[in-house]
Amino acid sequence: MFEIRIHSRGGQGGVTAARLLALAAIYDGKYATAAPFYGAERRGAPIVSFVRIDDKPIRIYSQIRKPDMVVVLDASVMDVVDVLQGLKAGGKVFVNSQQKKTFSGYVSSNVDLTGIALKENLVVSGSPILNTPVIGALAKMGIVSVESAKKAIREMFTDERNVKAAEAAFREMSA
Amino acid sequence: MKKIATGNKAVAEAVKQVRPDVIAAYPITPQTEIVEQIAEFVSGGELKSRYIPVESEHSAMAACIGASITGARTFTATSSHGLLYMHEMTNWAAGARLPVVMANVNRSLGPGWNIWAEHTDALQERDTGWLQVYVSTVQEAYDATLMAFRIAEHNDVLLPVMINLDGFLLSHIMQPLDTIDPGDFIPPMSLPHAIDTKNPAGYGGLTGPDQQFRVRWDIERSMRDAVKVIEKTQEEFAKRFGRKYGFTEDYLCGDAEVIIVAMGTLGKEAEVAVDMLRQEGVKAGSMRLRWLRPFPKLNLKGKQVVVIDRDYSFGRGGILATEITAQTKEQVASIIAGIGGQEVTYEDIADFVRHRCMGTEFWFGVDKYV
Repeated sequence: MFEIRIHSRGGQGGVTAARLLALAAIYDGKYATAAPFYGAERRGAPIVSFVRIDDKPIRIYSQIRKPDMVVVLDASVMDVVDVLQGLKAGGKVFVNSQQKKTFSGYVSSNVDLTGIALKENLVVSGSPILNTPVIGALAKMGIVSVESAKKAIREMFTDERNVKAAEAAFREMSA
Repeated sequence: MKKIATGNKAVAEAVKQVRPDVIAAYPITPQTEIVEQIAEFVSGGELKSRYIPVESEHSAMAACIGASITGARTFTATSSHGLLYMHEMTNWAAGARLPVVMANVNRSLGPGWNIWAEHTDALQERDTGWLQVYVSTVQEAYDATLMAFRIAEHNDVLLPVMINLDGFLLSHIMQPLDTIDPGDFIPPMSLPHAIDTKNPAGYGGLTGPDQQFRVRWDIERSMRDAVKVIEKTQEEFAKRFGRKYGFTEDYLCGDAEVIIVAMGTLGKEAEVAVDMLRQEGVKAGSMRLRWLRPFPKLNLKGKQVVVIDRDYSFGRGGILATEITAQTKEQVASIIAGIGGQEVTYEDIADFVRHRCMGTEFWFGVDKYV
């Protein structure tokens, strides 16, 4: 089983990113579940959501304690939340950032998802959309296939700019 | 068709396919996305049901009763305090022998104000004459909702059915969902005692001491007959659609020395605990109770039983543990865990088995292992 914890702020689409990722994994022929952190979500407050991917049906409902990967959609949450908590040794950390972030003992990577969203004019109510480009970056990391990532995005969004943003993130990802 | 859905959406999808004539619901916290999604289906023309937005849950059930008594297929959904507010009417629906189907998202009761998973809400409806099924996956929520209509409306049953799914844990999780075309799996509803609206006549009037016990006995007789109807419906479902369900879902129970009994998502996560325990050499098994009413005969002979209750009856104990000790002479260790959404992991469940103390009650988070 591969377990991912996504850190974001309420309203940034962290839950939708989890859902897209799970759907893409299902299109890859795997089993997946996506879950928000169960509580009252407030806009702007740090939140987490969870994705589990496996070759077998998933029977676990409790929260992810020891993720294989951590995705940070908003780097500013790192000031208030220990995003590395419980992360397995040698686990992956992906941060939405222009600057390269390195975390010793972990495999670190980053892409400027916000910049990509702004370039594609993918903005809703003044906020750049991060949940579709991040799927492109995760596809580059091999978490899901590119085909399934695009299929999942098209299943949930009609605006083709979402796919373009995911493709841009895929290209910019250093891998 | 392969898709991803929440438990709430799965129930709504099933309801759409069964096409009730009347859906009544009251939109207030803690209502569910089930009725929100159904409202969308109706307003978008995908579902041609009469949708009645009522002024309370009491009225939601009253509207379902009024519609059902004319022979209309009815559905509603609720949760927690909404269910409690219906209580007078849930008794009436069962007593009037009306096959209303309702989904209940299991949540704790206030105070404290808590919207997280707990089974005490539905268990307070235990003695109303409703059939109750507890599900553990998004797929099962969908399948059980489809089957609920066929079971409720079967003329050997004619009792309402409640589908229970854990608040947040199942109502909000996204899992794969395979939708099907039920076709004639659910025959048209035919209520033998339906009121002829063109020639209406009242019933349910004063029933004296010489008759009331017969009315009540008739509910119990149907509850007993429901066992066969449930079995047949589940068999037929498996034959047609390939997914098998029983009164319980048993996991490695055959050679087990200790069996975990739980309902809902805890019962599913218990299977992971069983795998861990087996690796340690503990012969464990999991029996997830699906149907609480009618309560099935559980095969627990010669086993140690660890019952996990996400509910409680003050002054007595875990409700499931009480039900089970009433049925079996086997030793029971009663665990109270998951109250108000308390986090319980498969590791915790394995600990309940490792540290079990037969014949005692253990409150997770309160008591210490001895």
